[in-house]
Amino acid sequence: MTTQTERPEIPRSRQPMDVQAPGLSQFDIVREGARRDDIEIVHYEPQVAPGSKAERRLTRTIASFFLLTGLAATAFLAVYIWWPWEYSPGSGSGKWYTPLLGVTLGVALLGIGFGILTWGKKLLPKEVSIQDRHEGAVASDDRIITGQTMLYMADELGVKRRPLLGISLLAGLAPVGAVAAAPLVGGLISQPHKNNQMFRTGFAPAENGEKIRLVREDGRPIRPADVSAGGQVTVFPGIDHGVSNLHADSPALLIHLRDSDAQESRRANEREKHGGYMWGNFAAFSKICTHAGCPASLYEQQTNRLLCPCHQSQFLITDNARPIFGPASRRLPQLPIEVDSEGYFVAKSDYTETVGPDFWERP
Amino acid sequence: MKRRKFEMAAVPGNAARGVDDRFQVATPLRRLLNKVFPDHWSFLLGEIALFSFVILLLTGVFLTFFYEPAMTEVVYNGSYAPLRGTPMSAAYASSLDISFDVRGGLIMRQMHHWSALLFMAAIVVHMLRVFFTGAFRKPRETNWIIGSLLFWVGFLAGFTGYSLPDDGLSGTGLRIASAIMLSIPVIGSWVTSSVFGGEFPGTIIISRFYIAHVLLVPGLLLALIGAHLGLVFKQKHTQWPGPGRTNGNVVGERMFPRYAIKQGGFFMVVFGVVALMGGLFQINPIWLFGPYEAWVVSAASQPDWYVMFLDGSTRLMPAWEINIPIGDGYVIPPLFWPTVVLPGILVGLSTLYPFLEARRLKDTRSHNLLQRPRDVPARTGLGAMAVSFFIVLTLSGANDVIADKFQISLNAMTWAGRIGLLVVPPLAYYVTYRICLGLQQHDREVLVHGVETGIIRRLPDGRFEEVHQPLSAADGHADGHGALPYAGWVVPKKMNRLGALGPAIRGFFYPIEKPAEAPVSPGHPPVEPRPEREEIGSGESRR
Repeated sequence: MTTQTERPEIPRSRQPMDVQAPGLSQFDIVREGARRDDIEIVHYEPQVAPGSKAERRLTRTIASFFLLTGLAATAFLAVYIWWPWEYSPGSGSGKWYTPLLGVTLGVALLGIGFGILTWGKKLLPKEVSIQDRHEGAVASDDRIITGQTMLYMADELGVKRRPLLGISLLAGLAPVGAVAAAPLVGGLISQPHKNNQMFRTGFAPAENGEKIRLVREDGRPIRPADVSAGGQVTVFPGIDHGVSNLHADSPALLIHLRDSDAQESRRANEREKHGGYMWGNFAAFSKICTHAGCPASLYEQQTNRLLCPCHQSQFLITDNARPIFGPASRRLPQLPIEVDSEGYFVAKSDYTETVGPDFWERP
Repeated sequence: MKRRKFEMAAVPGNAARGVDDRFQVATPLRRLLNKVFPDHWSFLLGEIALFSFVILLLTGVFLTFFYEPAMTEVVYNGSYAPLRGTPMSAAYASSLDISFDVRGGLIMRQMHHWSALLFMAAIVVHMLRVFFTGAFRKPRETNWIIGSLLFWVGFLAGFTGYSLPDDGLSGTGLRIASAIMLSIPVIGSWVTSSVFGGEFPGTIIISRFYIAHVLLVPGLLLALIGAHLGLVFKQKHTQWPGPGRTNGNVVGERMFPRYAIKQGGFFMVVFGVVALMGGLFQINPIWLFGPYEAWVVSAASQPDWYVMFLDGSTRLMPAWEINIPIGDGYVIPPLFWPTVVLPGILVGLSTLYPFLEARRLKDTRSHNLLQRPRDVPARTGLGAMAVSFFIVLTLSGANDVIADKFQISLNAMTWAGRIGLLVVPPLAYYVTYRICLGLQQHDREVLVHGVETGIIRRLPDGRFEEVHQPLSAADGHADGHGALPYAGWVVPKKMNRLGALGPAIRGFFYPIEKPAEAPVSPGHPPVEPRPEREEIGSGESRR
């Protein structure tokens, strides 16, 4: 197969060669096969001379790649079986388990890869073949035949002559399509305003009118003295599963404002007819960003800004949590709070504005 | 009676005959073995995506054996001490178990994630190759559309998979996704409520995402990839212009054995690199994020890279809320534009582009020869515009991290992104256009005047001039040589490309063969400059 042919132009009309003729080499047959597929092998040249020093060297290189693979794969198995793999805190040999697996597996696979690549790229003869594309060459006759066949079929069906058939078929199939879609749509569809869920959170007073306590993440209620001035704490409704994703819209940030900020905040509240939403210097705002629903939880004490880390909306707490920068367009709803007879914070009522990301029918 | 001898050597022949008797495969198999593929390194980018997809299937099947797609609350009691005793979803707990309590589970998870990132990256780079070389033109518009759909279906596969561990970071992503659905006018709340089975997060979204991620989306991907490859096969690959290459032929190698062997080797290399990455580079350490809790998030929450451009567009969007004062009032939230409308426009533009360009150029011919980006400055400029648009958005998706690390004001970063998004793409168009023209001009110049040799010659009147090596023989042109036409392919611009450098000697430390092209015969001096090179000289007399 060390033939080199220089045959730039492909013979157009050609008698197929008799491949059973005596005296043909294997390559002659291969080339004949290619020609039958309109491929002309115009250049076929060995890259290394058989038996040459270069060939032996390449063979050795490829063989060592494959042997490296064997070695690395064996090492992978050994690591996989015997290396301590269980997690233990701190640093230990277990920390090396995954890296060792990666290195051994990676080296094993790269060994095969480079071995095969070297084999194909360096050892096999280089060739240039030319194949015809045959685009749009024979089409016209076939196009007419196929087109006429399809039109003939349509005529035989006779929908044109018997329009009732077509109309009734359409009329029959349309409901079948709807039948296919119905269970999917019907099963999945869910009324978004069930139980008024989009406008109601866990802070809504209980049915007996009892006000809901503000609790911490561990469920303990909060006294005013628990939060120092300038401090803040995330609060949840003190109900069953109040501290869980079941009430994902409820969490609020309870902030103990400093005196001057609290006065400013109260004035802003009065302007919005939200007087009485604060208790003393304490104010509580929904923690769920009105933009995309992330918790707006980075509170900058000096400027009284609350930053949402997802899209960088910034809310000015002392001005009713008005958005002052970023993509949010609506202020964080304020939770009206007071202190009950036992000295714990409770929600006077639910949020008076819609909590969470905006939607079409939000009033 | 003599026992017939069993001939080992005849077995393959007989087996082949038996198979062909039954299935008549000889002719189609010959066609397949003989199919010619053109070769160029840039044709391998799509293969990386294909190979990553295979790795995704392999590692993904492993993960399904251990993953539990349920949001039921469990208390973690696995090996990872810091989270022991924490209530969390079964999905998160089983993802932690895959990472800590399944032998070799972590490397599988990390390989899965890395190959997903590689899959998307390869798709994007492959798409850029196809775009900039004009490979999308007739007859390949359908495959271009399938390709751009593959990006978005891959995006969906990535997002559903990313959400499955139900950790703090992916839960936040899911929360944003729900807000995006909510923002759709009129039907938003219905869509969200139907997808999540009630209010966010509900208890069923993980199971739904799971079946989408392991069955529906991969099925769709598989079908699209099958169609994509089938069309490449049917329509035959495009090729670069070059000697003997025309619009009506394919010049390259037959598929077997060399081409197929190179593909196989390349697959193994991709697989090996993913294995190395999965073992050595940590990705998505879910145990650090904790379970998803609606009230917890940390700064520097970034999604996977291919989602970051949407995150960026969301961050840059000004707070423009549209209020419709009918009845109780209706709202179109600002979130709607960058996350629903923008991707919609991008899908539309990308799928329609081949038709838009063909219409503008009134081009109805089939093109099987590729174009160099410099030869189509307008398209290359548009591509540069798209890329810079994407880059500004992606950088803006990380603008909080950039602001933090480089001590820049966060608001300044946002404004830089807003202005950059409008200013940078047109600038990129202009600059790219000019660069393309410059490169074209230089190609023409070399074809007319020849390659710079670096040799300065002093003329008798004292002037200095650089000697150029013409690329064509003399034909009475003023300079004593002819101008070559531009053929749409690389023009040699260095003397080494013209064979000015001696033949390479093979071997690493010592030559393994005697240099072939240095015949030493007693009658000739060992090195004799070829006569046609006489023209290039330092000006010193050789005689």
